[in-house]
Amino acid sequence: MNNTDLQVILDKYPDAQRDSLIPILQDIQEVQGYLSRENVIEVGKHLKLPASKIYGVATFYNQFTFLPQGEYHVQVCRGTACHVKGSAAVLDAIERELNIKAGQTTKDKLFSLEVVACIGACGLAPVISVNGEFHAGVNGDKVRKILKNYRKNHQEVKITNE
Amino acid sequence: MIKIEVDNKTIEANQGEMILDALERSGITVPTLCHMKDKFPSGACRMCMVELDGANGLIPSCAFPVREGMKLKTHSPRVVRARKTIIELLLADHPDDCLYCVRNGNCELQTLSEEYGVRQRRFSGKKHAYNVDNSSMSIIRDPDKCILCGRCVRVCEETQGVAALDFIGRGCDTVVGTAFNEGLNVSSCVNCGQCIMVCPTGALRENSSLKEVIDALNDPEMTVVVQHAPAVSVTLAEEFNMKAGSDICGLMTAALRNLGFDRVFDTGFSADLTIMEEASELAHRIKTGGVLPMMTSCSPGWIKYVEQYYPDFIDNLSTCKSPQQMMGAVIKSYFAEKQGIDPRKIFSVSVMPCTAKKFEADRAEMSDDGITDVDAVLTTRELARLIRLYGIDINKLEPETADTPFGKRSSAGKLFAATGGVMEAAARTAHYLLTGKELADLKIKPLRGMKGIKEAQLKIGDLEVKIAVVSGLENAKNLLEEIKAGRKEFHFIEVMTCPGGCINGGGQPYNTDMDAVRERMQALYNIDRDAPLRVSHKNSDIQSLYDDYLKEPLSEKSHHLLHTHYHKRDTII
Ligand code: SF4
Ligand code: SF4
Ligand code: FES
Repeated sequence: MNNTDLQVILDKYPDAQRDSLIPILQDIQEVQGYLSRENVIEVGKHLKLPASKIYGVATFYNQFTFLPQGEYHVQVCRGTACHVKGSAAVLDAIERELNIKAGQTTKDKLFSLEVVACIGACGLAPVISVNGEFHAGVNGDKVRKILKNYRKNHQEVKITNE
Repeated sequence: MIKIEVDNKTIEANQGEMILDALERSGITVPTLCHMKDKFPSGACRMCMVELDGANGLIPSCAFPVREGMKLKTHSPRVVRARKTIIELLLADHPDDCLYCVRNGNCELQTLSEEYGVRQRRFSGKKHAYNVDNSSMSIIRDPDKCILCGRCVRVCEETQGVAALDFIGRGCDTVVGTAFNEGLNVSSCVNCGQCIMVCPTGALRENSSLKEVIDALNDPEMTVVVQHAPAVSVTLAEEFNMKAGSDICGLMTAALRNLGFDRVFDTGFSADLTIMEEASELAHRIKTGGVLPMMTSCSPGWIKYVEQYYPDFIDNLSTCKSPQQMMGAVIKSYFAEKQGIDPRKIFSVSVMPCTAKKFEADRAEMSDDGITDVDAVLTTRELARLIRLYGIDINKLEPETADTPFGKRSSAGKLFAATGGVMEAAARTAHYLLTGKELADLKIKPLRGMKGIKEAQLKIGDLEVKIAVVSGLENAKNLLEEIKAGRKEFHFIEVMTCPGGCINGGGQPYNTDMDAVRERMQALYNIDRDAPLRVSHKNSDIQSLYDDYLKEPLSEKSHHLLHTHYHKRDTII
């Protein structure tokens, strides 16, 4: 996301007050996939809000992330149905496999992990989604395999490209 | 006046005030943790709960207005049980290391758990293990000890207009921290230490230099000199249970000698020196059409504030170093030469009411050819700890006076400790420099008192000099905005970072309240009233320093040693 993209967003909110903060952050995240430091600071200038306040507000909500998303963005549903069907163990398995916590991105930028409240696919519980592709009825073993497959695909694509 | 019933007694209350205020006036103490005097109640901690007849639950007395005829119980079994539970819950996630804590003995949480008879751990919660942030020269943050009362967040935002801190995250994982959870050193923090002053626990503390100072005192190779700021002698007494506003300059000097310092100098001397330079700079700017308004540069929190928020005003800042740094510079030049000591063998300590002075002493501009002006800065609190550590009973000492050549000060230099004092001292000397005559009345009333913004017009010869005095950076911000918008014009502005000035600095004794600050201020005014020497330019030691060494104010040598420049600063604001 370059400066003009940000300016386009900010221009949608002329004379904005602090109550426009969340819509602005949502727009940025929509375009950029995350909230970069530079953008948070620019939004602060626009709204005359200190960066600490914006960071405080944004960290209050799960929906915002401060790291660029990985090539594969993994969402783990922690809604009630998935919880009952064991999504805590699923999340744990993914965190171990990728060696990151929810809200983080792997060092090689391949995977990022997000916890979402309810994906709206309770019938498939427990469910995860990777770049919008759903995987139903998962457990620890299954997610490990799923993640390995994505990694393998990625490598194959790379090799063909080379 | 209305009447309310408290614990079966009738007390009077003012219409519209909060219950807590009425209770306090009647001598009934209700514990509080998030409450801050003169700030809007946040109602976060619920420690102040009382029982209101007819109400379902308990009510927070800090945030609940009085009503005619209301019946309250402040210490009923139900209230006491509820408060005790709150304390126990706060302790569930609190490290058990009171014995190792800097606030051991004066922590509000510790005091409350003692008062409420907490004798065992009833709840065990998930303990956090956050990193200690020791990135700042001035302030250390230890989030494990934070009880999320929010006082630091509010003082930083509402009093100082900085907002370096805020609540991050949510629920059990909430933590107080900076933008992007970075170190304070890259944040907008100006190092004022006001957050330390309001923190009830050991979560915020100064970055202590006691170890370096003790090592230096024990190093036979080193000449260890110490300077003490004007605001220290009128506050240190409170650390030793004397009443607020006692001036113990003589006893403190004696204690510093007992500690082993080879020379004890008075920063009031270099405050006089600052006045000579600063008044000359002002006169020069006015005469030659230099940048106005000129703004004082003694307060390092304010300097950083301008550097990061108002870089356009950097040229308005006086180029004078602060008294601490001027003293440091003449110790390692003039004093070293006169004594025939290698400046590298001098360890120069300052005792300051301030945490930002630690940051200032560390600034790259504050050294000459690798020789730092000041090597270690202790706060008033740290000096008190050192005196206790060395087992010195300060009450049993005989008062002593400071050493030559930097021991003599005018009372104008002493006034530097309170808001308005630098201006008053500067006006006395500027009047003399511009007209050749002393001010008829040295006491300049409009500059005195605790008000956050004071404006006045002073007649100096034919000049009408428009001046302003502010303390507390939120006030400074408002004044700068007025100036920027062209609504206000001044020649000279004094800014002190902390409300009321250095007597309320971030390095002063814990549990400072505004009444104590007023007492300290009065002590300074009394010192000035009774002093034989009340103007900086008549300080004979200052005159000799110029005759012997510096030649005259703003000379080349003065510029080299006593002046500096400030730069735009990139921090996360
Ligand atoms: S030292 Fe001052 S500026 Fe820094 S966080 Fe504390 S209150 Fe804010
Ligand atoms: S750091 Fe201290 S003042 Fe700030 S919220 Fe925590 S306990 Fe309160
Ligand atoms: S002091 Fe009243 S709620 Fe904290």
